[in-house]
Amino acid sequence: MIAMEKTLLELEPGMHGTLIRFAGTPGFVRKLRTIGIREGKTLTVVTRHPLGGPVVIEVDGREVTLGRGMAVRVIVDVAA
Amino acid sequence: MKTIVLMGNPNVGKSGIFSRLTGTRVITSNYPGTTVDVSRGKMRLLGAPAEVIDAPGTYSLTPTNPAEEVAAGILAQADLVVNVVDATNLERNLYLTLETLECGVPAAVALNLWDEAGHQGIAIDVAGLEALLGVPVVPTVGLAGQGIRELVERLGEAHPSETIRPMSEEERWVAVGRITGEVQTIVHRHHTLRDRLSEASIRPITGLFIALAVIAAAFLAVRWIGEGLISLVFEPLFDLYTPIVMRLSDLLGPGVLHEILIGRLFDGEIDYVQSMGLLTTGLYVPLAMILPYIVAFYLVLSILEDTGYLPRLATLTDTFFHRLGMHGYGIIPVFLGFGCNVPGALATRVLETKKQRFIAATLMALAVPCMAQIAMVFGVLGPFGLQYVVMVFATLALVYVAAGLVLNRVVPGECPEIFLEIPPYRVPDIRATVTKTWMRVRGFIGEAIPYLFLGILLINLLYAVGFLDLLAAVFAPVMETWLGLPAGAAVALLVGFLRKDLAVGMLVPLGMNPEQLVIAVTMLSIYFPCVATFVVLLRELGARGMLAAAGVMVTTALLVGGALRMVLIGF
Repeated sequence: MIAMEKTLLELEPGMHGTLIRFAGTPGFVRKLRTIGIREGKTLTVVTRHPLGGPVVIEVDGREVTLGRGMAVRVIVDVAA
Repeated sequence: MKTIVLMGNPNVGKSGIFSRLTGTRVITSNYPGTTVDVSRGKMRLLGAPAEVIDAPGTYSLTPTNPAEEVAAGILAQADLVVNVVDATNLERNLYLTLETLECGVPAAVALNLWDEAGHQGIAIDVAGLEALLGVPVVPTVGLAGQGIRELVERLGEAHPSETIRPMSEEERWVAVGRITGEVQTIVHRHHTLRDRLSEASIRPITGLFIALAVIAAAFLAVRWIGEGLISLVFEPLFDLYTPIVMRLSDLLGPGVLHEILIGRLFDGEIDYVQSMGLLTTGLYVPLAMILPYIVAFYLVLSILEDTGYLPRLATLTDTFFHRLGMHGYGIIPVFLGFGCNVPGALATRVLETKKQRFIAATLMALAVPCMAQIAMVFGVLGPFGLQYVVMVFATLALVYVAAGLVLNRVVPGECPEIFLEIPPYRVPDIRATVTKTWMRVRGFIGEAIPYLFLGILLINLLYAVGFLDLLAAVFAPVMETWLGLPAGAAVALLVGFLRKDLAVGMLVPLGMNPEQLVIAVTMLSIYFPCVATFVVLLRELGARGMLAAAGVMVTTALLVGGALRMVLIGF
């Protein structure tokens, strides 16, 4: 099994990946971690709204909405 | 007196615990904004009175927004902390728990939503958690009051944690993972109907249909409940009341006092909309025309909030609001504004930056008519045909979008993206919903009736000294040439600053045709907020911000009024 690094934004709805790192400021990282989006967590993309709309993911059974500018700074490992 | 502070993440049922501890009723809801205002109450602890403060929900003590700053500040005043934790989401909640315990303040943990955790197949070893955290841990169900008695008993033994020492951020994350792993076991469950419904309501296509259905249902429910209350309760009451005022009218005879209390008679009869007396229009408009819809609106809004639907609506509308310089939460001030612009203006605080709040507040003041105004628009234009009512609302919607697109380009500042947690759907608790509705209705009564009375009194006085005629003469050129309205409409616009609903009523005696009424009613909504909203906006935006907003409003009103005149009446 080969693991592939992708940004959260690149994941199609229904796909999931393991969070490996963030590409953002400490403030941004803290904001996501405190809501439960952390390294080692499995993130599943529930839906991605068209026309530049937000991405909804599921983590630990909870749904979180985040903007695309944030999703692109979350790097996940996808089992390919 | 000891100060007890309730700390916890947003949406963990903190306000419910608060009202159980203090017996005070507070507003609990599923989206941030309503608990930004700090609630205080009293309780007895070990036989002595203590003050309880409900801090705004926060994820950590390193604040990322104003509400969290408030929370961190309040913690500093605490003699004792009750950390309310969502048992269905222990891992995420523990970060704040550890940070709080590291401060060395005496504390206890309430494991709230305990029943829901059970339903979700989550089991937590309470004794184990207590040993690891070094402070009392009590499972609770805030809404039902379960576990509250034990929580209060164990608050007596609350002490600073002996096991948790200050640590670095990275160490804290490791500790969170370790503690969760030791005390929590999750039995995997199948996707329930609730999960499927939740997903359907946030996907773009199914979500849009659900949103349209929910909004249509909400609108119909408000209308149906409102009309029901009017025909079954309020009109019969006024039928009983009319002979009494008529008697009073005969007793008073013509004169200034009659003018102020009863107002003008039409064919010897009282016209509750047009008479403009304190005891006629002054009572009828707020009680029989507006209050029923306010009750209906707040009931429906409270149900929507308590089910957890609003964050889903925010997700769906984000794409749209993002283009207007806000994000999905921009829907919240709009929604609340439809009830009354004052809470709408306060709700702009759910947005993070100055730019976003300015845009949200300005657009709401411009183009979101309050329930009082909506009721009057239907009352005044409805008889001419629904198409005129539609014209007003379509124009306002267009103004909202157009002004938003422009403001997003010209207002300097940042527009952070949407970032929110979607709470699970919950069945609203009837008692909590009714209490919340009642608190909001009471707020409306306390605010509306004095203003309406004062407004009518002031108008009658200004009318008596001839000021209103003077004003009409001064503004006649603008009114007549630019807007195609009679000079008297200027008076209604002035009155609109006091109360917009009343101003709409004042347009009736001017004998305008429906097209002119559409222009006047639309202008009335756009040109300036009512005085109560103005005061709140001034506080929220600052003097400079308000000045800029007012500039936008007056300019937009004149542009839109002129354009409507050309379209509807011609030159």
